[in-house]
Amino acid sequence: MRGADYVIKRTAFALVTVFVAVTLNFALFRLAPGSAVTDLSRVPHATPELRQALKKQFGLDKSKGAQYVIYLKQLVHGNLGVSFANEQPVSTNLRVALINTLPMVLLGTLFAIIIGTLTGVIAAWRRGTPTEALTVTSALGFYSMPTHWLGLMLIIIFAGTLPTGGMTNEFLINPSFWTHFRDLAAHITLPSLTLGLVLYGEYTLIVRSAMLETLGEDYILTARAKGLKPWTIVRRHALRNAMLPVATLVALSLGYIVAGAILIETVFSWPGIGRAVYDAVLQRDYPMLQGAFLLLTISVVFFNLVADLLYFKLDPRITE
Amino acid sequence: MSSVLIEAPTAPVLTRRGAVLRMLRRNPAALIGSTILLVIAFCAVFAPLIAPYGLHTQVGPVFGRPSWKHPVGLDDGGIDMVTLLMWGARVSLIVGFAATFVSMAIGGTVGVLAGYFGGKVDTILMRITDYFLVIPDVPLMIVVAAIWGPSLFHIVIVIGILLWTGTARVIRAQVKSVRERVYVKRARALGAGHLRIVVRHVLPQVAPLLIANTVLTVAVAIFDETALSFLGLGDPSRTSLGKVIENAFERAAISSGAWWAIVPPGALVALIILGCSLVGGSMEDALNPRLRVAHLSARTFRLRPLVGRGDAL
Repeated sequence: MRGADYVIKRTAFALVTVFVAVTLNFALFRLAPGSAVTDLSRVPHATPELRQALKKQFGLDKSKGAQYVIYLKQLVHGNLGVSFANEQPVSTNLRVALINTLPMVLLGTLFAIIIGTLTGVIAAWRRGTPTEALTVTSALGFYSMPTHWLGLMLIIIFAGTLPTGGMTNEFLINPSFWTHFRDLAAHITLPSLTLGLVLYGEYTLIVRSAMLETLGEDYILTARAKGLKPWTIVRRHALRNAMLPVATLVALSLGYIVAGAILIETVFSWPGIGRAVYDAVLQRDYPMLQGAFLLLTISVVFFNLVADLLYFKLDPRITE
Repeated sequence: MSSVLIEAPTAPVLTRRGAVLRMLRRNPAALIGSTILLVIAFCAVFAPLIAPYGLHTQVGPVFGRPSWKHPVGLDDGGIDMVTLLMWGARVSLIVGFAATFVSMAIGGTVGVLAGYFGGKVDTILMRITDYFLVIPDVPLMIVVAAIWGPSLFHIVIVIGILLWTGTARVIRAQVKSVRERVYVKRARALGAGHLRIVVRHVLPQVAPLLIANTVLTVAVAIFDETALSFLGLGDPSRTSLGKVIENAFERAAISSGAWWAIVPPGALVALIILGCSLVGGSMEDALNPRLRVAHLSARTFRLRPLVGRGDAL
């Protein structure tokens, strides 16, 4: 029964966190000195009437409390406001951007998980050999690189052979499905590779640590004493237990990866959620920025919940 | 999960400081890391004295090639890159350390209070920490920097306010164990007040861990500053390494083939972060082997300590 208790507790915490994030989101944009909306009603050469009209239009003539209630009500209805830049509903803009971001992020994460697990396991198994030194050094190296800089390096290396910006070639007119797919695949390679390389370093180090810890356990010694082949020990006995923390860490990092994609999408002009944030900053498109921030926060909270529940599923000993 | 591990006999408390020194001598990673950091810090501190050219003086053509006089070439304004790198490292390190100081002050205080007093104080403070932990830091920094306007001070404050959670958790766990030690109980029995116990007995014990954590936070702060600068939210009047990268990117260094304007500053940031990770990681390992994985958190996304999640420790 404690399990159900745990699930309810974590879910409640996530919901409260979302509420806190929503409030923070409101406060950041409305209460901060010189915030967006106050600036808006201070149009240069604006007549007092225009100023009043603007204030009324954006609901600024009401008290902060009333504004907060209105904000919450609109949010429940899924209304995130209208973008200053293209006058589309923010929610529509965000949906389009999110759909563009997800394949890129998932591909990169998949790459990182596969390569990272592989090198991490090798590093732990070959402890104290040059192989380990090489793996750990390269992982630390990629882990230390600023994300956007790594992207720029890839552009320098691959410029000419792979497309370095955008999602599709806009000069293709009515491409066949296959051409379109190949075009997309070419465009997605560099951004995904950048994300993959940055994450790979981190995953390698985590998997290695988890593996080292597991390899020190008594049941591994038993397995060895039974005369099992090294690979069988790794696969059947060590890796499964080592993947326990790794699985939660991956789930945990997913939320932040979406946020971290801001830099990559800026470098590669990928029209996703990160690029939307960047453009919103440049154009001072506050409703858009507010909506994107809310979406990113909620995704982090959501994946945190997933991580918690996943951990509980994989290791029921945890009940806090 | 720590509860199922068989506890190795722990070394006596006295050797903690010794452990740091021994680790530096024996551990090549720590040695390499500290050498990298010392060299870069030296160049940064003495930049006004040893920089070969002026920070704002044009000494050659735009994007001049590397030569004997200018080993890393010139930037988009014909300014010597070596000079830029030294000054850039200076500003980046200042941001890193200032932000870390803010986060260390907050995280240290919260950690000590929560760990020392326990009970309700602990619950409330840790709940607050939990909330801060799930706020994605880079987006919030972007939002705040966009609203308040770009300035070095804002960047320092924002990074500092967001990075303290990890420190608070680590310190809290440590304080909790120190509080139960016999000599602390004895001091309390002798009538020592809270302040005296914290300052004389608890702080000296957690200080090394706080410092290890600090080194790691510096790396995150520098990374974040680089990211913010790249998004055009850095301080326009200060030349940080992030600013140097952004300038080169904005002025099309890549399509001009001027790799020397964009490769070195990023490599320098990577070196600083690498140095911090090596030093901080080995320090943390030496001080608290059970937190081995926690130091991987230096990045855009902070991961929680694997062992002893939250209250379990």
